[in-house]
Amino acid sequence: MDDFVLRALAAGCGIALMAGPLGSFVVWRRMAYFGDTLAHSALLGVALGFLLGVNPLVGVVGVCVALALALVGLQRHRALASDTVLGILSHSSLSLGLVAIAFLETLRVDLISYLFGDILSVTPADLAWIYGGGAVALGGLVLLWRRLLAVTVDEDLARVEGMPVEALRLAFMLLIALVIAAAMKIVGILLITSLLIIPAAAARRFARTPEMMAGLASVFGMAAVLGGLYASLTWDLPGGPSVVVAAAALFLASAVVPLRS
Amino acid sequence: MRLGGRVILDRVDLQVRPGEIVTLIGPNGAGKTTLVRAVLGLVRTASGTVGKRPGLRIGYMPQRLTVDATLPLTVRRFLALWRPVTADRVEAALAEAGVAHLAGSPVQNVSGGELQRVLLARALLGDPDLLVLDEPDQAVDVHGQAELFGRIETLRRTRGCGVLLVSHDLHTVMARTDRVLCLNRHVCCHGTPEDVRRHPEYRSLFGGHADDLAVYVHHHDHAHAANGAVVPGHDGDCCHG
Repeated sequence: MDDFVLRALAAGCGIALMAGPLGSFVVWRRMAYFGDTLAHSALLGVALGFLLGVNPLVGVVGVCVALALALVGLQRHRALASDTVLGILSHSSLSLGLVAIAFLETLRVDLISYLFGDILSVTPADLAWIYGGGAVALGGLVLLWRRLLAVTVDEDLARVEGMPVEALRLAFMLLIALVIAAAMKIVGILLITSLLIIPAAAARRFARTPEMMAGLASVFGMAAVLGGLYASLTWDLPGGPSVVVAAAALFLASAVVPLRS
Repeated sequence: MRLGGRVILDRVDLQVRPGEIVTLIGPNGAGKTTLVRAVLGLVRTASGTVGKRPGLRIGYMPQRLTVDATLPLTVRRFLALWRPVTADRVEAALAEAGVAHLAGSPVQNVSGGELQRVLLARALLGDPDLLVLDEPDQAVDVHGQAELFGRIETLRRTRGCGVLLVSHDLHTVMARTDRVLCLNRHVCCHGTPEDVRRHPEYRSLFGGHADDLAVYVHHHDHAHAANGAVVPGHDGDCCHG
């Protein structure tokens, strides 16, 4: 097998591994639209990264964090429903990113690869980012696991028990930002959320504990990466979308598989 | 425990002693939930203080709880989320609340009355000095209410914890409560259940006899004598028991 195929596999599986547990939380907390909003803002981070001459991934994490903070602030004033706030931020930040990249005339940015991913051009440096970021994200998640579950079940109860609910919520958003920064190269910012929620949704029916659902979601995600890459190489299809289509097919299959009761 | 809120709740003074059951009653919008949330530290009071004995452990039993259907969570696991506890303690708390048989059920599948007791077991796991129960009679039928209040009564005797109960119906808690605080944005009256039941303001809020209602005018630059007559001058609480 060629090196670039191996790197693509390693990158995709690394993303699927961390997307499993984090995506499960996105599903449990009903934050799919929030994840989408963060992902859309990532393009602005890429543009800022180029402008400031730093690694685009640093720019992505920075913008995601700023947006997460803005959202926490905006959700406190309930003048607008939160899906309206998310809709405004999601599309304006994506457009802002597109406009900013258009201003960077001297740079040739492959916009399509940022929007839809370019899994077959993963470099060893990308791999280091994915596994480094993934280790931090998963480590953080393990550390906060019980308390994050408690906050997910009921924020008031968690608060009465003395848990720092706001800080936990923010920490979770940071973990999502980290995954988005790492996964951008693989499936692109428009498709990242699907890698978070589709494997987790497919895992739900087979799981009896939160941990089982998180683990199964990782396995399903890796299966989708394998299937998608295979299809992409065999029929010369775009990599990111192929992975998402494979995940969707897995989800459909999981919905019709009969369960022993 | 002292608390003085403003606007939604005005001039409230509330104390719960160890082993004592205090019930908050009042119509919808009377500020019962606000007062409880202040006691729990979930809302800040605009003025006044909530004083707690240092190290006071509060066990909170909310009115209801909805866990997203996508989260695979058994009752046993639900109880273990809030603090590090051993499996034995979880089973013991479930048994104490009378729902040991539910340990393996998904928390979304238990009925309203069962969920109340699961939530009670959850509150007990923190070894509370003060149990706060927000309208525990809401989701339960009459039989279940008697069962639940009997259980709470036993708990305060065996554990010696104070109990702050919110209810909109005095009749169900009458026999089980030591003191009653009747709220309607301020303290209408408080005292033993008997005192409160006889109190004219309570009667007007909860529909006493028609002749009592006829003479009642709701102004609070005055107080009410025990027979319902208006006594000028006194500001604030209406009766003390």
